[in-house]
Amino acid sequence: MLEIKCPYCGKRSQNEFSYGGDAAVKRPELGKEVSDKEWDNFVYLRKNPRGNHREFWHHVAGCRQWFKVLRDTSTHEIFKTARLDEEL
Amino acid sequence: MTQEYRLKKNGYINRNKKISFKFNGKKYFGFEGDTLASALLANGVHLVGRSFKYHRPRGFLGAGVDEPNAKFQLYSKETTEPNIVATEIELVEGLVAKSQNCWPSVNFDFGAINNLLSKIFPAGFYYKTFMWPKNFWYKIYEPIIRRAAGLGIAPMKPDNDRYEHKFEFCDVLVVGSGPSGLAGALAAAKNGARVILAEDKSRFGGSLLNDEVTIGNKKGKDWADETILQLKSMSNVIVKNRSQVFGYYDHNMMVMIERTKDHIEKPTKYTPRQKLWYIRTKETILSTGSIERPLVFGNNDRPGIMLASAAKEYLKTYGVLVGKKPIIFSNNDGAYDLAIEFKKNGIDPLVIDIREKSNSTAVKEAKNLGIDIKFSHAIANTNGYKKVNSATIGKLNKDKTGYENLENVSCDCICVSGNWTPTVHLSSQSGNKLKFQEKIDAFVPEKSKQNESTVGSAKGIFTLKESLEDGFKLGYELSNKITKKNIKSSIPPSNERNQDRHDKFWCMPLPKNKDYKRCVDFQNDVYVSDIELAVREGFRSIEHVKRYTTLGMATDQGKTSNLNGLQLVSNIEKKIIPEVGHTTFRPPYTPITIGAIVGREVGKHYRPTRKSPMHLWHEKNNAVFVDAGLWLRPRYYKQGNETLQDAAKREATNVRNNIGICDVTSLGKIDIKGSDSAEFLNRIYTNAWMKLPVGKARYGVMLREDGIVFDDGTTTRISENHFHMTTTTAQAANVLSHLEYYLQVVWPDLDVNVLSTTEQWAGVALAGPNSRNLLGKLFPNIDVSNEALPFMGFKKGDLFGVPARIFRISFSGELAFEINVESGYGIFMWEKIMELGKEMNIEPYGTEALSTLRIEMGHVAGSEIDGRVIPSDLSLDGMISKKKDFIGKRSLNRQAFVELDREKIVGVVPIDKKTMIPEGSHLVANRNASLPNPKLGHISASCWSVEYNNPFSLAILKDGKKRIGEKLYALSPLKNKSIEVEIVSSHYVDPKGERVRS
Repeated sequence: MLEIKCPYCGKRSQNEFSYGGDAAVKRPELGKEVSDKEWDNFVYLRKNPRGNHREFWHHVAGCRQWFKVLRDTSTHEIFKTARLDEEL
Repeated sequence: MTQEYRLKKNGYINRNKKISFKFNGKKYFGFEGDTLASALLANGVHLVGRSFKYHRPRGFLGAGVDEPNAKFQLYSKETTEPNIVATEIELVEGLVAKSQNCWPSVNFDFGAINNLLSKIFPAGFYYKTFMWPKNFWYKIYEPIIRRAAGLGIAPMKPDNDRYEHKFEFCDVLVVGSGPSGLAGALAAAKNGARVILAEDKSRFGGSLLNDEVTIGNKKGKDWADETILQLKSMSNVIVKNRSQVFGYYDHNMMVMIERTKDHIEKPTKYTPRQKLWYIRTKETILSTGSIERPLVFGNNDRPGIMLASAAKEYLKTYGVLVGKKPIIFSNNDGAYDLAIEFKKNGIDPLVIDIREKSNSTAVKEAKNLGIDIKFSHAIANTNGYKKVNSATIGKLNKDKTGYENLENVSCDCICVSGNWTPTVHLSSQSGNKLKFQEKIDAFVPEKSKQNESTVGSAKGIFTLKESLEDGFKLGYELSNKITKKNIKSSIPPSNERNQDRHDKFWCMPLPKNKDYKRCVDFQNDVYVSDIELAVREGFRSIEHVKRYTTLGMATDQGKTSNLNGLQLVSNIEKKIIPEVGHTTFRPPYTPITIGAIVGREVGKHYRPTRKSPMHLWHEKNNAVFVDAGLWLRPRYYKQGNETLQDAAKREATNVRNNIGICDVTSLGKIDIKGSDSAEFLNRIYTNAWMKLPVGKARYGVMLREDGIVFDDGTTTRISENHFHMTTTTAQAANVLSHLEYYLQVVWPDLDVNVLSTTEQWAGVALAGPNSRNLLGKLFPNIDVSNEALPFMGFKKGDLFGVPARIFRISFSGELAFEINVESGYGIFMWEKIMELGKEMNIEPYGTEALSTLRIEMGHVAGSEIDGRVIPSDLSLDGMISKKKDFIGKRSLNRQAFVELDREKIVGVVPIDKKTMIPEGSHLVANRNASLPNPKLGHISASCWSVEYNNPFSLAILKDGKKRIGEKLYALSPLKNKSIEVEIVSSHYVDPKGERVRS
């Protein structure tokens, strides 16, 4: 079980959190013309790297804040966590 | 002749307390402090089991977790438990155990015929034998294999024992209480760290219990006892025996199983049997010790042949002789300790040493005691069916490929030592890449990915002096990192026998023209010939050899066999061991009871149960409940002997004719506040929200970004910047997370706050033609007319002093209202409604009647919103705003989503107007088509329409709208039904929606 440092609450066990996907993905702006390819990239395509990964987590059983995590997908090492308005 | 093999002195058992137990139906005695294994050996019982595949007679090999043979079936009054390791179970009065994997008895086992036929059961015989003829598999092969497979008998009843979970934190977790572990724990604790010391056995001290050593001028065991007392007296230390750390998980999460009941003679009803500890530690000291390897020679698996270290433990800890005419067979000095112990207790052992000589003090001492030692000798074979009675020994030739001579020596036990394998399991699980150390011919940990440090013999350090130094140093260093304190403990001087090098030779050659079986993996019955066969057949990767031969795959996970298997493969392949590599060590290190993993979360405690404030009323009124997520909702209120369908018909009919009341508390409710709330809803829902007036509700549909319908519900504008959203019961939590994601991650600039208020409000639906009349009586001061409170209207009210919210919304399709009050007033509201509604024939209705009402109205629910449909599939095209963008809108342009013949919602009626169509049935054009019959759609929900008094179903059907009027077939192979049906509109009742607006 991972130990994740919520930027608001501190270190907690993984079972308080839920995973929220790749943090590098940015939703196209509302109302903007988006090509099929761009939309396809946003909805479906993810890099799924082996190694460093920036991702969202949600402190569901805690403060209910979404935040960012830099994690190694093969070793599960977590290098840093940050609030959404902070640099990771 | 009880306990014939028990010494008069020696051992840490309590000789004042005799304990009786039964093994294979026979009564024996042992002492308090015995294990089942030591008590059996004290009675001279060696034949305790049969091997897995060939049913060869087997005895004890080890004295601890490594034991591969002595796996018993345990019996108590209530239940039975298989695969209990006899060396790990402590003797208690009245214990009953039996050998497993033998029939009719361990003495005369029918399965032993497999041994005679062993030529046709080599490694991989499954894969070769059961391939043909193909149709033999189900009827003949599989039943036979199933009968033969496995070891013990699984209990058939639920486990009545209690298992508990415990969460703990510490600075330093020390696994193992041998010399290096004790040193590490003491040094860390003295330097202020919070320490947990875990020992698997009931006694602390590890090797100090059995070794003739001194620490600080005391006997090793006395030093261990004093150190434990000292640690126990410290408030920053938790000391646990009978506690096995079996898994090293991510981020230094260690999981430990503590045995808390089975060793107690009279436990209370509430004594937990085991406790599972989740320990999050900052640093770990793994002093897990090492396990002796067997030597491999002809028929090396007979009862009476065991590890020298185990024989020493039985002698020193339990005062038990494993035999009175022992042969000790070794390639190293460690086994001489045992020889000396035998001699001191009046037994003359014969030592057979593979090496040409040794200059250790251990060997000198043995020679001085007059012990008979044969260097350069080996055991080629053994004899004795149910217990070893002689060994064929010989002088090894120069290159150790054969024997110069052979002679038979009688004996009653053989104690073997093939040097030590560090117990690196936890270290490897932590992500440590192990390295092969030539000096000890075994793998040792290197640098770990986690905060794990290994000490003592687990790291390949086999002298007491170095182990202690290592332990003290590490304990100090790790604690210093955490506490920043500098309190150093002094390292006590120690004294031990020194040892010379071992000989790496471990697999004895076969004498000329002999093909004796040489066992490598005792529990899984893997022999040298099996591994040779696997390599010969082309299996090169050690992982493949493992799976083909099943080497190291049994419940003991190859604790005694893995390294020997590796050495064998490397010998055959003429590779060095590091090139062969090792198989993966996975948790758990020892088998864990499923009950311990589950803990207290069994039965109704499996997950929390959510109940509405009106739950007790439902119970009192014969409600039959149904799970709706975590919620318990009344499915129907049973009257007399009626069936579910009868009750649903009665309740639904009463709604259509009079008035019904339904508990809708479980619907998700989310409070939305902030100046951008309307804008936010406009982005979340598919329809327009900016112009919704205060005091009005609106139905909304949410999509996922991929265009699939996510959830639906009504949202009401309470005031300009305040909305009340409802979600389905099932999706309430997901919708909240979804809203939070968009507010926090995607549009942080929006001024909106969301909060779940599901449990703050108790909710009821009043549905039926009489509902307005009743509402007027409940709220005499409010104008409830159609003009003042129209469909989708909202008003605040005062329910006899209780603030209430009134929504004119309808799921049933009837004239209907929903009333919310604060949860604490829920039961007051409910009873008031029942009281005032009595004269209007009010009746409660459950989810089954609710389904009936919504199905015949064609309202969609979870069975249609199944994660595969887009709005137009559900005839919700009108809900899609053309003027604005919203979540998922762009996806609706996808090619697959604009195709005209998509599966769409329709109604289905059986032609005979009698047969209920099972939910999940497939709709097909031709009922007799050959399989697979092309599927046109499926039945999503079925009910008995109370309006038309015939069955009615909703279905998702390919090109559905165009098929209205067509005749198709609903097939349910599971229910063995084939029903002729007609496709109709999904809006079966009141298609124009006049009732809700009446």
